[in-house]
Amino acid sequence: MTAPVKDRIDSLVGQHDVVLFMKGSPLFPQCGFSSRAIAILDHLGVGYESVDVLQDMEIRQAIKEYSDWPTIPQLYVKGEFVGGSDIMMEMFEAGELAQLMADKAVAKAG
Amino acid sequence: MAMTAEQIEDMIATAIPDATVEITDLAGDGDHYAARVVAESFRGTSRVAQHKAVYQALGGRMGGTLHALQLTTEIPEGTSL
Repeated sequence: MTAPVKDRIDSLVGQHDVVLFMKGSPLFPQCGFSSRAIAILDHLGVGYESVDVLQDMEIRQAIKEYSDWPTIPQLYVKGEFVGGSDIMMEMFEAGELAQLMADKAVAKAG
Repeated sequence: MAMTAEQIEDMIATAIPDATVEITDLAGDGDHYAARVVAESFRGTSRVAQHKAVYQALGGRMGGTLHALQLTTEIPEGTSL
């Protein structure tokens, strides 16, 4: 991973409370796992920034190394890696994801 | 090159010896699986750490030859397991 791409990711996860690295866009997810992640975030009603890794090969490769996580989607909250779609679903069902958003004072979707 | 359910199960069970592994072929196409991994050794570790342990067991195939693995990790309940 080159320094410029690491800086780009640092900046993305630093500037936005909630960032989802995904395949496709929230309106048109290109993978079932990304689609599930978006459904969870929409259900929680939090504001989020999405990054379509299919449109950015540099980030697509680098994010796996950055997070030490092999798959997309990947969720960051307040700069911290939370997990992929399976962990999001487990946490959502247990009420832990809503709690995390509340604990971190994440703003609701405007 | 897809993986069989047995290969996935063997790799996880080898790397995490105390794990009980259940693999479900979701689409019947040998390419979309669900795995449920229950291990006492997960106790006290985060979900991210548990999932990483399973991904490491699969030796870099996750996200590559193994496209779709829906993963659930758990700690055994009670003492009988």
